[in-house]
Amino acid sequence: MTTRIFVPRDTTAISLGADLIATLIQAEAASRGLDIEIVRNGTRGMFWLEPLIEVETSEGRIGFGPVTESDVSALFNEHFYHGNQTHPSCLGLVEEIPYLKKQQRLTFARSGITDPVSLADYKAHDGYKGLENALNLSGQQIVDEVKTSGLRGRGGAAFPTGIKWQTVLDASGEQKYIVCNADEGDSGTFADRLVMECDPFMLIEGMTIAGLAVNANQGYIYLRSEYPIAFDIMNQAIASAYENGYLGKDILGSGRQFDLEVRLGAGAYICGEETSLLDSLEGKRGLVRAKPPLPAIVGLFGKPTVVNNVLSLAAIPYILHHGGEAYAEYGIGRSRGTMPIQLAGNVKYGGLVELAFGIPLNELMNDFGGGTRSGRPLKAVQVGGPLGAYLPESQWDTLIDYEGFSAEKAVLGHGGVVMFDDTVDMGEQARFAMEFCTFESCGKCTPCRIGSTRGVEVIDRIRAGENQDKNWELLEDLCETMVDGSLCAMGGMTPFPVQSVMKFFPDELRSARQE
Amino acid sequence: MKMTKHSDWRMDDVRTIIQELKHKPGALLPVLHAIQDYIGYLPDSIVPVVAKEMLLTRAEVHGVISFYHHFRSHKTGRHVVEICRAEACQSVGARALEKHAKATLSIDFEQTTSCGSVTLEPVYCLGNCATGPSVRIDDSIYGRVSEDRFDELMADCRDTMQEAG
Repeated sequence: MTTRIFVPRDTTAISLGADLIATLIQAEAASRGLDIEIVRNGTRGMFWLEPLIEVETSEGRIGFGPVTESDVSALFNEHFYHGNQTHPSCLGLVEEIPYLKKQQRLTFARSGITDPVSLADYKAHDGYKGLENALNLSGQQIVDEVKTSGLRGRGGAAFPTGIKWQTVLDASGEQKYIVCNADEGDSGTFADRLVMECDPFMLIEGMTIAGLAVNANQGYIYLRSEYPIAFDIMNQAIASAYENGYLGKDILGSGRQFDLEVRLGAGAYICGEETSLLDSLEGKRGLVRAKPPLPAIVGLFGKPTVVNNVLSLAAIPYILHHGGEAYAEYGIGRSRGTMPIQLAGNVKYGGLVELAFGIPLNELMNDFGGGTRSGRPLKAVQVGGPLGAYLPESQWDTLIDYEGFSAEKAVLGHGGVVMFDDTVDMGEQARFAMEFCTFESCGKCTPCRIGSTRGVEVIDRIRAGENQDKNWELLEDLCETMVDGSLCAMGGMTPFPVQSVMKFFPDELRSARQE
Repeated sequence: MKMTKHSDWRMDDVRTIIQELKHKPGALLPVLHAIQDYIGYLPDSIVPVVAKEMLLTRAEVHGVISFYHHFRSHKTGRHVVEICRAEACQSVGARALEKHAKATLSIDFEQTTSCGSVTLEPVYCLGNCATGPSVRIDDSIYGRVSEDRFDELMADCRDTMQEAG
């Protein structure tokens, strides 16, 4: 009987050598005359264990990891392909690993289990159940289901998805669009990438349902060019969906049409801002548009457009399969459902942790993350990407909840958690926040374009000990101007990390570290 | 997405690429991507051709090329090496790696080694944030890149350069 061996094909696993491991396993099996089939699955999201290979047995899948090149022949000597657990890298049953077992995976239920480009595998694991239900509902009924779920935009702005869809549904016009924002530029985030690399049909299904809901027949996935593997996998999945009647003129014989195309960005962080993204999709410089009008009314090519983050759209198949109420049962307050948290930076057990809203941040960083990779004390954590505040220890008991983070003048954003140990120079981090904005500002509004450059200069003067009190005051004023006067979140939130350093780590900003 | 750099590229091929893609709504980015994939960069001489074929002004085409970090107006080395400068990689030593790279290659960002094998560029996040520092070489991404690992990777870049003649 053929033994199935799983070797992940997501960016992180490959960045740590998974392709080579797959080749070596294939060669070793051939030289030993063994009958194996290598499945290139997605990742489970436990990155410290990558490359994490799995062997299918009658008891379940047995994991080995991290597997290095030099482990391969020893694994065969120990008969790992029979599920023999004697090799030191053996992790036992993968599903029993506490990091995974303690999670509540609604969106990432299939990640690492299935072959991402196999439509049959997707369908065998509850795939397209949501679409089948949606095809029997009116657009309004679909939108109502999404409203019931309480789903809010997972890109960071946390706007209720159902209300956005309602606006597009109610807008008049023959041509409407569904645009997926896959320009995941925040450092410390990779959940969108994992959706596209590990379960791309889920995103296709979510977008198709969105199209049915608001009567849009064309979708675009705006994908950042920094994700070549996601681009490849997404395109394979879309081709397969077309071949099998899940995309195109007549979806599953319903007479309804939905077409989908992946468009590559070109390395501009600002294009993650929805109006800048739309300009970019139209073939222009990614300049931010003034709002109103909202993209829901005047969006892509001037037509009503749903712009949603990958994770928002990826949550839709579950909601349409199990019902909005089932999703809303998870979470706290106005943050319903689950949040895929990404543990990143200086973290021992980095990876994806999907849990209902309401878990304390320190539980994620310590119980799941295991503290820092360096083993040194944790000093600060930046949540929500480069525009998110740095949280000192006093704020680590904050619950994962949109309102909870707002109350601390922090942002949950896209759920990236970047941990720093005590070697970090917080003054340098504050400077970088402004510097990053100078690179990535679209240049349309003055507070962002000029403010960020002035911000770097003022911080340099403070760190050099030049007129510190006056310059400190100037920096406070500059931050306020950027927050209040910028056209979009780029300039409006760049001060957040700076202000958090001014508040919680003022001494480090005042004195540049001597090298 | 593949880096198929043609030192002997032909403008006729560029026209064919434009013809194949220009019917798409908002086709300029796909067109520029395809041309850059074909030539390896976007020479100034293609700007009027793209503008004419797509009924745009040269200023519009130039404006788009210069807006996006990914689009390059200059020839690169055989390999483009991008070092992540974003926060998650900073927390595990990306700043030191950046210094090491610049020192050992004797170039700054946006420059090419004298042997022509490597162009060094900054990148802000490769989405490999739990296993940094991360480096992208052409279309391959590498995680936990220590200084030694970086040196190994650069040695490979030079080797393939020599093999390629």
